[in-house]
Amino acid sequence: MSDLWKLGIEDASKGLAKGEFSSVELTQAVIDRVHAENPRIGAYLTFDEEGALAAAKAADEARSARRGAPLLGIPVAIKDLINVQGQPCTCASKILKGYTSPYDATVIANLKAAGAVCAGRLNMDEFAMGSSTENSALGRTVNPYDIARVPGGSSGGSAAAVGGDLCIAALGTDTGGSIRQPASFCNCVGLKPSYGRVSRFGVTAFASSLDQVGPMTKSVTDAALLMQALAGKDEKDGTTPDEPVPDYAAALKGASLKGVKIGLPKEYFAGGLDPEVKRLTEAAIAKCSSAGAELMEVSLPHTEYAMAVYYIVAPAEASANLARFDGVRYGHRSDRSDDVFNLYARSRAEGFGPEVKRRIIMGTYVLSSGYYDAYYGRALKVRTLIRRDFEEVFRKVDALLTPVAPTPAFRIGEVQDPLTMYLNDLFTIPSSLAGNCAISVPAGFTADMNLPVGVQFIGDAYREDGLLRIAKAFEEVR
Amino acid sequence: MEKTAIDVAYVAELARLELTDEEKAVFQPQLENIVKYVEKISEVDVSDVPPTMHGRAITNALREDVVLPSMDREKALANAPARTGDEFMLPKIVEGAES
Repeated sequence: MSDLWKLGIEDASKGLAKGEFSSVELTQAVIDRVHAENPRIGAYLTFDEEGALAAAKAADEARSARRGAPLLGIPVAIKDLINVQGQPCTCASKILKGYTSPYDATVIANLKAAGAVCAGRLNMDEFAMGSSTENSALGRTVNPYDIARVPGGSSGGSAAAVGGDLCIAALGTDTGGSIRQPASFCNCVGLKPSYGRVSRFGVTAFASSLDQVGPMTKSVTDAALLMQALAGKDEKDGTTPDEPVPDYAAALKGASLKGVKIGLPKEYFAGGLDPEVKRLTEAAIAKCSSAGAELMEVSLPHTEYAMAVYYIVAPAEASANLARFDGVRYGHRSDRSDDVFNLYARSRAEGFGPEVKRRIIMGTYVLSSGYYDAYYGRALKVRTLIRRDFEEVFRKVDALLTPVAPTPAFRIGEVQDPLTMYLNDLFTIPSSLAGNCAISVPAGFTADMNLPVGVQFIGDAYREDGLLRIAKAFEEVR
Repeated sequence: MEKTAIDVAYVAELARLELTDEEKAVFQPQLENIVKYVEKISEVDVSDVPPTMHGRAITNALREDVVLPSMDREKALANAPARTGDEFMLPKIVEGAES
């Protein structure tokens, strides 16, 4: 069995270009690897092998005909809430079991246009609600670095597939940390683009003022290569502005930390950090400093309110978005219903898992008459203050450096209380609320358990080029 | 801010979500806890602060009004739990109407 599955996008592209192997061979190697490892790791829910191999064959034919494309013949695994025509799109929910996508999401159309091969559907927390992938109703994913531990979430399948070499690269989505936290837990690079940089058309909506699709990869260069295909204006998503997309790979050339101003927000180091996460974050700071970066303490004074704002805004938007799952046009329909109202209520009762139900109830509550102003209305105003904190601080620095999550990967079943689980996103939520881009980059392993830990760099909105450049320079010195 | 008074059973009805008694018993204290936590925002002075609705505000995101082909009807109906001809089928909604 060939070990081509070890490769990332950059090396696989070079090999394909030199004719060292074909896309069919590369894709078959990934499929063989999935057969060998997925029963243990559970990263994928399904894998259309025939479809992937047919697309790989078409890519090889295009190459023979000298028709190039940036990601030609590269297999990319997809989180199971992004629509790929003819494939399942379950959102890891019973309510969408058996659903077949009638169309491609814009990010998928973009990937296909760039020559990529969509290969496999990755597990996740149901409707992207969770931080451990334990909320999947359709399968269990474990951390490839310690199978007794969670891969993080909600893009846990994506992270486990990248970290465990069950794919070349993957797409995830991030609403409050769902790309970055699992990337940290599974030793991969995970980029959450700025709000609006990537189209969400065809991506099942969780919280529409926050959701972004982003790359999860084996290197910063791979993240830049994948991001190039994802970013840009889409007529079908009104939140994507008509702003030019920089050449991300070109931005990485000669990457250096010399003279780069990096802010350390004091609120993110205030305590409650796992000692090993603290040690690795401090080591990352020291490495940036020796590489010539200028480090300075900064303040984002409204940080302590971000979690509260998020757990009002995100469930509110989710309760509205998930109203479409009513058993009428697609998805599960209860057979215990005799009128249209209990058809809704019972289809949803049977289809949704506990975390999704909790968030629908929470979201409905904060939007309900008598509570709207106190919760939702007020949260939107506090969100403004959080955004202003970031705007203020980015007048002084090029990026912020923070931990990704308070702890390394925790044990399966260890976190039972929903509110405790929410605290995983403490350091990723504020930048999501502000609409900034942010990236998790591997920083090393804990001394005691040998678990991977990432650090987060947060960039100014629409400066993914600068952020990737800093991440690349860090990757080289770490 | 009004004090926490989330009534899970009532709100679930608003959300068209049928809950079992076990679910109500589990969710009630959990959601009370979450509501208590988010009430933290009442500490912040937000007078004269405008709301932020999006990660990046865009106003008037308009495009030319051009007619493009819609999704094929068969495709749109392919995932329907029940259909009749070219339509989604549902239980009777209006009393006395022919079903």
